[in-house]
Parts: sequence; C-alpha cells; structure tokens
Amino acid sequence: MDFQPTEDQRDLRAGVRGLLEGRYGREALRSAVDAAVDAGTAVDRGLWRELGGAGFFALRLPESEGGVGLGLPEAVIVFEEAGRALVPGPLVATHLAAGVVPGAAAGTAVVTAFDLAGDLVAYLGEADAVLGAAVLPVGEQVRAADPLTPLHRVARPGGADACACVSAYVSEGALLTAALQVGSALRTVELAVRYAGEREQFGQPIGAFQAVKHLCAQMLVRAEVARTAVYAAAVTGDPGEAAGAKLLADEAAVRNARDCLQVHGGMGFTWEADVHLHLKRAWVRAEQWRTAAEAEELLAAELLHSAG
Amino acid sequence: MDLAYTEEEQDFRARLREWLLKALPELPARPSPDDWPGRRAYDLGWQRRLYEAGYAGLHWPVDAGGRGATPTQHLIFLEETERAGAPYVGANFVGLLHAGPTIAAEGTAGQRARWLPPVLRGDEVWCQGFSEPDAGSDLASLRTRAVRDGDDYVITGSKIWTSHAEVADWCELLVRTDPEAPKHRGISWLAMAMDAPGVTVRPLRTLAGSTEFAEVFLDEVRVPVGNRVGAENDGWRVTMVTLSFERGTAFVGEVVACRRTLGELARTARANGRWDDPALRRRLGRLYGEFGALWRLTQWNVSESERSGGVPGIGGSVFKLAYSHARQELYDVAAEVLGASSLSLDEEWVQSRLSSLSYTIAAGTSQIQRNIVAERILGLPKGR
Ligand SMILES: Cc1cc2nc3c(=O)[nH]c(=O)nc-3n(C[C@H](O)[C@H](O)[C@H](O)COP(=O)(O)OP(=O)(O)OC[C@H]3O[C@@H](n4cnc5c(N)ncnc54)[C@H](O)[C@@H]3O)c2cc1C
Repeated sequence: MDFQPTEDQRDLRAGVRGLLEGRYGREALRSAVDAAVDAGTAVDRGLWRELGGAGFFALRLPESEGGVGLGLPEAVIVFEEAGRALVPGPLVATHLAAGVVPGAAAGTAVVTAFDLAGDLVAYLGEADAVLGAAVLPVGEQVRAADPLTPLHRVARPGGADACACVSAYVSEGALLTAALQVGSALRTVELAVRYAGEREQFGQPIGAFQAVKHLCAQMLVRAEVARTAVYAAAVTGDPGEAAGAKLLADEAAVRNARDCLQVHGGMGFTWEADVHLHLKRAWVRAEQWRTAAEAEELLAAELLHSAG
Repeated sequence: MDLAYTEEEQDFRARLREWLLKALPELPARPSPDDWPGRRAYDLGWQRRLYEAGYAGLHWPVDAGGRGATPTQHLIFLEETERAGAPYVGANFVGLLHAGPTIAAEGTAGQRARWLPPVLRGDEVWCQGFSEPDAGSDLASLRTRAVRDGDDYVITGSKIWTSHAEVADWCELLVRTDPEAPKHRGISWLAMAMDAPGVTVRPLRTLAGSTEFAEVFLDEVRVPVGNRVGAENDGWRVTMVTLSFERGTAFVGEVVACRRTLGELARTARANGRWDDPALRRRLGRLYGEFGALWRLTQWNVSESERSGGVPGIGGSVFKLAYSHARQELYDVAAEVLGASSLSLDEEWVQSRLSSLSYTIAAGTSQIQRNIVAERILGLPKGR
C-alpha cells in the first residue's frame, strides 16, 4: 500500500495550479465577480475552452475517444485545485458530460445539471445543455447568494425527472464536488494563517493569540480529514466512501470559511475580502448532488449492513 | 495513490490471520480490571506468544531485536489483531510504544541489549514517569532532581498519573540534572528500576473506579549513570522522540475497534427501536463516515512515514485531535442508543465511555495539540 500521490499526480497538481494562478488569479476572480454582478453571468468561455484544452473535462475519457485516459484520483486532484482558485461554472456537470454531450470534453460547451434539490438550476442562462436532459428548460433568473453561481428557477424542475437525469452521476458528482470543497477548505486555512501572521493587535500578530491559533488548527484538522476521505473515495470508487467524503468536505469548506471570516474580523465581513466568496460557494456545493442528510442516511444504511 | 496491498503484504496478512485463529482460543480468561497481577500476567503472556511466533517488535529495527517490518506491515498487524479480538498491548504499552522505540533510536548497544529483549519477550513492564504534580502540559518545568554522586544519580521528587506503575519493572524517567540551565536544557532521560529503594507507588483511583495510574514518590533513589539514555541534559530532545512515537502509532488499532463498536451500536439501535429516530440514525451515519475517514488518515500517515523512513511525523497531532473527539462522540451516541441502561457500570461499553474521556487529555491535551499544529505545521508565531 502506498497512499501517497505519485510523481505524475504531483506534477499534474503543480501544472493545474500554475495554469489557474496565471489564468484565474485574484484579479481575474475579482473582475469575474464584478462582471457577474453587472451581467448575471459567470462563466468565462475563454477560460472554459482553455480548461478543456488542458484536459480538465476530458481527463477520464479514454485516449481512443480523445481523452486523457486518467482516473478519479487524478480528477479529484484537479478539482481540488479548481476549488482553491474558486473557478466558477458547472465544472462537475461538464466533466461528467464529457463524451456524452458534444463539446463538453473540449470545453466548447457549458453543461449544467439538475444537481440541486428543488426547482433551482445553476448556470442555466449560460448553459448549452443539461446533463441527462433532452432539452434546456426555460427558467427565470433569481438573485443568487453566491455572485459567481447564477441561479434560475425552472418551471418543471426537480422532482422525479431531475432525479432520473442525475441519479447515474450522483456518486461521482458528489465526490468531485467534495474535491472542490476540499480545495476551498485548504485555501481558507491559508488565508486565515496569512492574515493571522500579518494583522497586529495588542502589539503582536493576532496569530500569537491562542484563541486564533486554535481556530486555525481546527481548520487544518477538518481540511486534512476531508482531503484524505476524498482521495480514498477516489481510489476505491466506493459510493459509501464518496458520500462520507462529501459530508466531511462540505463541513470542512463551510466551517473553515466561517472560521476564516472570524479570523479576519471586520475585514472578513467586507465585499473586498475573498472569504465570503468561499463561504457562499461552499453553501452552494453543500446543496449539490448529495446533501448532508442524504449522505448520512446512506452511510447509516451501510453501517447497518456492515453490522450484518 | 494506491490503497491496494502488495502480494507480500497480503501474504503477511494471511499468515497472521491463520496464526491468530490458532492462538486466540488458547488464551486464558481475561482477568478483571482491578486484578493487577492477573492483568500483568495476561498481557505478558500474550506478548510472549507474539514473541514466539515472530510478531514481537515487528516494526522495530533488526539490530534492536525487531523484525524490521515496514510501517504498512505494522498497520496490518494492528488491524488484524484488533479485528480478531486479540488482547491490546495493555501493560506493555510504554515498553513497546515509547520506551522501547526511544532506546532503539537513542540508546547505546549495551542499553539496547539490556532493555529491549525483555520488552519483546514479555518479561518486563515499563511505565512512563514524565508528568509531575506541577508539570503536566508544561512538561519541561518538571522539578524532580537528579544529583550526581559517583556513578549514580540520586533522585528526589514525585511523578503523577503514571499508568501501570503498580506492575512496572522499569520507568522511563525525566529528571532535572541541571537546575541552572534554561528549562528545556537541564533535563535527562533515565531508566529507573521500580524496585529501587526509595520508590513508593501510591495508586490513584480514576473516574472509572479503577487504579489505572498512580503517584510515584522518589526519595533519594539511586540510579546508575549508565542508565541514562542520550547525553546529560539532552533529555528534552530524547523526549520529543518518545512523544512522536506515542502520538504517531498509539491509536491505530483503536480506530478499527471503534468502527466495530459503531456497527454493534447500529444493530442494538435497530433491535430496541431507536433506529427509527432519524436524528439518531443520521448521527450514527455521520460517525461511520468519520471513522471511515480516520482509518484512511491512518493509512495516509503510515504511507507517509514509510516514505520518510519510519519516524512518525507531527501529522500524528492532526490525527489525535480528530480521533479523540470522534471517540468521545461515539460513546455519547451510544448513551443515546442505550438510554437509561447507560447508567449501569455493568455494561462494558459504559467503562469504555468513561475511559474515552481521557483521550483529549492523555499524551498531550487537545489544547496543546492545537498549539503544536498551529505553530509547527501552520507556522503561526509562538505566544508569549
Ligand atoms: C489516563 C491518563 C493516563 C496518563 N498516563 C501518563 C503516564 O503514564 N505518564 C505520564 O507521565 N503522564 C501520564 N498522563 C498525564 C498526561 O500526560 C497529562 O495529564 C497531560 O499532559 C495534561 O497535564 P495535566 O494533567 O497536568 O493538565 P494541565 O497541564 O494542568 O492542564 C489543565 C488544563 O489546562 C489546559 N492548558 C494547560 N496549558 C495550556 C496552554 N499552554 N494552552 C492552553 N491550554 C492549556 C489543558 O489543556 C487542560 O485543559 C496520563 C493522563 C491520563 C488522563
């Protein structure tokens, strides 16, 4: 057994991180936020195609079908990086649509999914297709809590239809979403630690105060436990592990963002700080593919089974 | 990232399983928790069986009498013995998990030859004399004095919370050898015979009602200078080696045990109708997910230490923090499943619930672990 990432996996991570830092750094993120607030759209088609070109969506397609031929472990590494960088758009749905919806693999199509319970759909206004659905439904835009996740309310939405569309994809969708959450959770640890080392009160960096230190330490513990769960689920492909990973990753992303906000004090409550963007996106993702209640019920059923 | 075990590892597992099937039915009955001589004999007996079968000191270096097995094989060993319901290390805990590895890493050839074989053979029991009444979390402020007199140190002071002191032959003892030096610099690490004149053990009653640990009083106890492991006044560094072993590998088998307990709880809840409560069911489901992740974190840490040459990293602090709290939550949920019968000490798991309360304290409290994570992993500034 060697659970550590291989050399290739490390290189892949470094490559994606480099690409995203160059192409979607902090300035790009903030101008995307401004554009989204003005226009109600969030997907940068140019970036989408670049991600496609780098193999982001076709990663798991066989080489014979024009894909990269890698597996879930590589996919979660790549999605973790996208989560760190807060890349907006239906990344998971488009990835799952590669090889199914024309253009998804190359990033020339934007594919969303009925991955939220209820009647809301993310990125509908910019989507070319909905995963597993024959037609694009008509929807009415609602004001979204996360500026970079525009939402539409659709007439004949969720319910049984939507379930049927996504059910085949739920486990992988949940796992890839969990990977995005882990990336965000690790990023907010970094943001909190950096701020705690710079900001001074009472004549010393606030990071020297134990109350702050302990918030940061717990953030790391949450993120590390969730990260391992995501990697393991990617290696085993087990739906129960994927559900557990989603559960822990949702919690890590949401609670880390909140603690990060706390560490930033008043600055954390401003639009200027990125913390709220991480928190709001974490909230969106926690509602996607598999909620905490669903994951817990699934795990409870498995637990009973495991007891024989 | 690969969770598959190699053929060699699978062979190892299969042989171990087969051996356990044969060895376990031959074990004598488990003694009652307060029968200390009985517990000592039982734990040492099991250690001897392991020794004879070639499983003692599995992960210790060969030149320390061990088998030089990989961390992964050690992991498999802990997993399989726990799964089979084999006895836990028990009274051999300190000898096998801290004093032994420390002597193996820091001791002279003579010291290794003197102390390691009896630990592996199940002949001698060790205890850990680190904490003092006024030095717990702030361990380096310890005051027990060792004054050089010819070839001996003469030791006066007292230790507290010393687990298994009642039945120990040896104590890994931290003493102050230079009272003038800064507090971390004047400490030495000694092996002290527990039957030396001047050693008095006074058992302390734990909240579970047993005498798991004790106070140890030291009144002009003579310990040969040759029993010092590491240089004089270098004991703090030696101690850090000990603690990394303590946090790094101590809880592996227990994660497996917790997952089993959780399964039993689910079965009990279904039998008594509590399973129909969605809130409770969901809490159990969540814990199942958490312990699953903790098992994976264990594998992660083990394969990381395998890559870095075997010494556990400070990732052990991350694990200990998550695990100790999850374990307490497990027994809180158990109490909810069992309702009023959770008030009876006759229920074995109630004892476990009580003992789980020590996990956020022993081997460094959660607060101290968070300081370690924040300062040594995250690089936050030290507080004043
Ligand atoms: C079951 C059990 C077995 C043990 N076995 C052994 C043994 O065999 N050998 C041995 O040497 N020791 C043993 N110990 C002792 C154990 O290591 C200490 O109890 C532990 O390190 C805490 O020290 P303390 O009890 O003095 O608590 P204190 O240090 O007095 O701490 C009390 C409280 O203050 C908090 N606190 C203290 N300092 C700080 C700080 N800097 N920042 C934030 N909070 C702080 C602690 O977190 C805790 O909540 C055992 C303990 C238990 C419970």
